[in-house]
Amino acid sequence: MFKRIDQDNRPRVQILVDGAALEARQGDTVSSALLASGRDVRRATAVSGAPRLPYCMMGVCFDCLVTIDGVGNRQGCLVPVADGMQIEIQKGKREIGR
Amino acid sequence: MTTSLVTTTPGRDTYDVVVIGAGPAGLAATAMAAGAGLSTLLVDENAGPGGQVWRAIASTPVKAPEQLGADYWAGADLVAEVQASGAEIVHRATVWSLDRQLEIGVSVGGMSSFIKARRVILATGALERPFPIPGWTLPGVMTAGAAQTMLKSSGLVPDGRTVIAGQGPLLWLLAAQILRLGGRIDRILDTTERRNYLAALPHVLDFVTSPYFAKGLAMMREVKARVPVTTGVSELAAAGEGQLASVSYVAGGRRETIPVDLLLLHQGVVPNVNLAMAAGIEHRWDDRQLCWSPLLDADGNTSVAGIAIAGDGAGIGGATVAVARGRIAARAAIEALAPAATAKLAAENVLRTALAQAERGRSFLDVLFRPAPQFRIPSGDTIVCRCEEVSAKDILDAVAIGATGPNQLKAYRRTGMGPCQGRLCGLTVTQLMAQARGKSPQDIGYYRLRAPVKPITLAELAAMPQTEADVKAVVRG
Repeated sequence: MFKRIDQDNRPRVQILVDGAALEARQGDTVSSALLASGRDVRRATAVSGAPRLPYCMMGVCFDCLVTIDGVGNRQGCLVPVADGMQIEIQKGKREIGR
Repeated sequence: MTTSLVTTTPGRDTYDVVVIGAGPAGLAATAMAAGAGLSTLLVDENAGPGGQVWRAIASTPVKAPEQLGADYWAGADLVAEVQASGAEIVHRATVWSLDRQLEIGVSVGGMSSFIKARRVILATGALERPFPIPGWTLPGVMTAGAAQTMLKSSGLVPDGRTVIAGQGPLLWLLAAQILRLGGRIDRILDTTERRNYLAALPHVLDFVTSPYFAKGLAMMREVKARVPVTTGVSELAAAGEGQLASVSYVAGGRRETIPVDLLLLHQGVVPNVNLAMAAGIEHRWDDRQLCWSPLLDADGNTSVAGIAIAGDGAGIGGATVAVARGRIAARAAIEALAPAATAKLAAENVLRTALAQAERGRSFLDVLFRPAPQFRIPSGDTIVCRCEEVSAKDILDAVAIGATGPNQLKAYRRTGMGPCQGRLCGLTVTQLMAQARGKSPQDIGYYRLRAPVKPITLAELAAMPQTEADVKAVVRG
């Protein structure tokens, strides 16, 4: 859906998405990095399990909810990536205790 | 918790002025208030200053100035001014509460605290108007603003088959930016109603003498030279199995379906009212901009003493208007808290003239780009509440058995009770129920919003520092 522009020379940052390494750029949000990856990063909603991707990218819609470093229901569009960050695509509700 | 959650926190618990939101209005207000010597805190949810219009201005990978345009880089001076003003700035801070005592609940790095202000300037800006068409929840359907955010902050541009649908200045700006950066757009579907051109005529003189006119024309020409544009689109639907696959539309009586990977929707922006309404600030239905706007005096003061609103949260005006309103609100705060310091500031009438100039041309845009009813008030299975997955039909069924307004509807269908707290369904619910019940949106009303206006965990609330009075209030004996 998206590609990076050639002139982007920001430093590389490595994150893990469901255990697999993904190269992002410093300054990417988690959601931007996921959408840029071209992988299937659709979450599943808590109500019906319908697949979703981020919709607004500005902290409003909550369709970017994702588990980051073990904490569920984080807004991926508001959290910048950091080296070694562990992302899990959230399928359904946030689990109790995380 | 890991290190990725940690960031700086406010250094004190009381400030003269707390500004919420680091977009054009918030930056302008902060620079003036802090520059006048008031202790000023600027809190913002994003990683850097700029809000949405100047998003990532300090960090964008897009370096060639002409690609994002002069209006984008205009924000750099204000950012520099704020950085030199002595204000305290906390990014990645989520304000989840504001009350009549001017106490602000703010979450930073997973920890919450309360801050007191003598004056609060809300500059929480706008969000994109809901665009509830069939299939708008499918992966691959996003807002135009979302694509623009990714473009500015991460240098990402659409790559697959891309359609942009809707209307308004932002749509053309986004299209121009995508093309300049080598992104792909297959078609633009323009939903502007033909009758709006006639309705906007009385405002045209105001518009052609405003800066919008030349800029807007040039941008539309630039885009139209490279992308086919279909005008008069009167129906729009996205379809696909778990992923967007096609867009169908009706224009000039003909239906077309085109395969597509990415659909970007836009039909204007509306004030982001959640924090203001939760603070008890009175709003009214604005029939021209089709949204809720706060009741304000000429300085931006709200119905709650000590709280002013500046920027698009005060009614949509755009970045230049936001800067002017930010300065007016800050000047009023300085006048109230440190009158002697106003001597060095721009005179009140100078600020008001700047505002009037910046507002020129807006009425034309409001009338021309007034979204058509069918794109605001959906029917049938079209989802209205994305969080709780409630359709237009579900809501009309609830009305038929007695739901009178948005707050009653919560008990029937949970609309507005998901994590977005009505931001993506509230306007639709009000207009849908108003139409179904033959009442005005003002009579139907809006969700009663309450803190926390952003979800925070109970653990975070429980971990907040407690005063002796807090403990006394709940401990027996």
